Amino acid sequence: MIVIVPDSIARSTMHNIRRSAQVSTARSTGLVRTAFGSLLLVAAVFFCSKASAQFRVEISGVGATQLPIAITKFRDEERATPSLSVSAIVRADLERSGVFKGVDAPGALDENSQPVMTEWRGRAADALVAGSITRLADGRFDIRFKLWDVVKGTPLGGQSTAVEAGDLRLAAHRIADYIYEKLTGDKGVFSTRIAYVTKGGGRFTLRVADADGEGGQVALNSAEPIISPAWSPDGKQLAYVSFESQKAVVYTQDTASGARRAIANFRGSNSAPAWSPDGQTLAVTLSRDGGSQLYLIGRDGGAPRRLTSSNAIDTEPAFSPDGRTIYFVSDRGGGPQIYRISTGGGNVERVTFGGSYNISPAISPDGRTLAYISRQGNTFRLYTLDVTGSGQPQALTDTSDDESPSFAPNGKLIIYASRAQGRDVLMTTTLDGKIKARLVSTTADVREPVWGPYGR
Amino acid sequence: MKKTMHVGLTVLMAAFVLAGCSSVPLDTKVPVETRTPTALGSGAGGANPSGAGQSGVTSVDLTKGGANVGLGKVVYFDFDSFVLKDEYRPLVDSFAKSLTADRKKKVVVEGHTDERGGREYNLALGQKRAESVTKALALLGAADAQIEAVSFGKERPAAQGSDEAAWAKNRRAELVYR
Repeated sequence: MIVIVPDSIARSTMHNIRRSAQVSTARSTGLVRTAFGSLLLVAAVFFCSKASAQFRVEISGVGATQLPIAITKFRDEERATPSLSVSAIVRADLERSGVFKGVDAPGALDENSQPVMTEWRGRAADALVAGSITRLADGRFDIRFKLWDVVKGTPLGGQSTAVEAGDLRLAAHRIADYIYEKLTGDKGVFSTRIAYVTKGGGRFTLRVADADGEGGQVALNSAEPIISPAWSPDGKQLAYVSFESQKAVVYTQDTASGARRAIANFRGSNSAPAWSPDGQTLAVTLSRDGGSQLYLIGRDGGAPRRLTSSNAIDTEPAFSPDGRTIYFVSDRGGGPQIYRISTGGGNVERVTFGGSYNISPAISPDGRTLAYISRQGNTFRLYTLDVTGSGQPQALTDTSDDESPSFAPNGKLIIYASRAQGRDVLMTTTLDGKIKARLVSTTADVREPVWGPYGR
Repeated sequence: MKKTMHVGLTVLMAAFVLAGCSSVPLDTKVPVETRTPTALGSGAGGANPSGAGQSGVTSVDLTKGGANVGLGKVVYFDFDSFVLKDEYRPLVDSFAKSLTADRKKKVVVEGHTDERGGREYNLALGQKRAESVTKALALLGAADAQIEAVSFGKERPAAQGSDEAAWAKNRRAELVYR
């Protein structure tokens, strides 16, 4: 199937590839219908190479437009980096985004090859990636790759980078970011990080991992609970609540050095830290004056300024991206609902109305979409709501124990905790709920995911 | 050798951290402890080769310090309720008497909830339970400085399980002398 491309300016590439992607989707949708009749749910399990652990992408609903991309094994990658496959990580990243579909890519190509485009069109690939990995004399790895538009038969660009062993995963995620941005026009989030908490063996562990849940490293081990991690906007610090002193205290911790500081340790409970977009202030929930109320406190601690004054519970603050508004949970109307207030104080406005129990607000980077958890009967489910108009709440899942939503910095995915087959899992979903991926395969109880910003 | 030193350092740091916490006066800033950045091994089982680069995270280990969990007297609450039931009045009375008799004594009331619902919201609900007990203690003559209400939300259940029997045991406030 050949799509005729009318012009050749760079900007039109994405559009053209998207057009051909729709053609391919029409093709695969036809396949789906043949194979599954009217079934709306297609689950595909991808087993990656030994190093990038098993993950799972579930695609539900029709109309998911996926661009078919072929990513060949990078030349010498098995010899240079036997413990992980950079090309497999790139493919897994792109598939998890929901925007791409991996196409089998046999053969030996690298960034200097002249691929035979008709051959790749024959494999129904719209884009092709090839590259190489070379171990340098200083122990670092030289990674090169090139991206082609198969439909037009032209190269779209490439990069070369030298990284140390500890940054191989990062390099792979950056390649995926490059490809994602070239082909979609949106910034990729594969090289960002997530934080989450595991509980197992009588200990609580705050972990930092790549956005695919792999390469996890321990930031904090404790015998006492750790909850509510929150990334600083520069991606260098985590704020969280630790019960290590037999009460809830808010700490910040520099992830690179491990230096930590109690920024809210007042009488009563101190919890629910949220960073302001400029990183100078945190909103926290304190009970120092009785009840649970919202306060603003400097990033280095100091005297808090009270933000809400109610006789009810006010907690779970979340800053809007412009820093002017704080969304929060309050039970001032009876059950917990999401409200918003100006950072300067003043009137409180109710935001959620559907259902009797709506908690854990997260705001998209463009400020338009609220993600939250809504209880319906005995189920706790991830919802979104357009907060700019009169939109209706949208359920994104059909699971029953969803928790802790957090937006990717490009606003295209939400990470959340849930339960599947009797286990706690971390999931990502596209905002339409159609494409979900399960992260972090571990036997430990895993919870409280939070997506970090661009940069690290 | 290097590894031993490293473990030693981690334990030492954990001790500093714990010491720092217990000596923190309320309502003031606390000093930052800093340490030499050293990359620890992988925690989650992922590949983490030697070079730390931009991906390094330094681990802090608090588990060596030992938990300080006091066993206290327990007050149970009904579902979705913060009302101190009459059957627990004698218990609260006895704590109040002891606090008024000895002004140096201190009691921490720890509120807890069952497992249903969000962690932070449950933390606030547990706080409300704890405060209903501290309010009763204050009314009976305990001084503010002698009592502190804190919450563990749903993080420290007394009973495991997802049935009403377990939930009922977890909707509680524990009174602990400190």
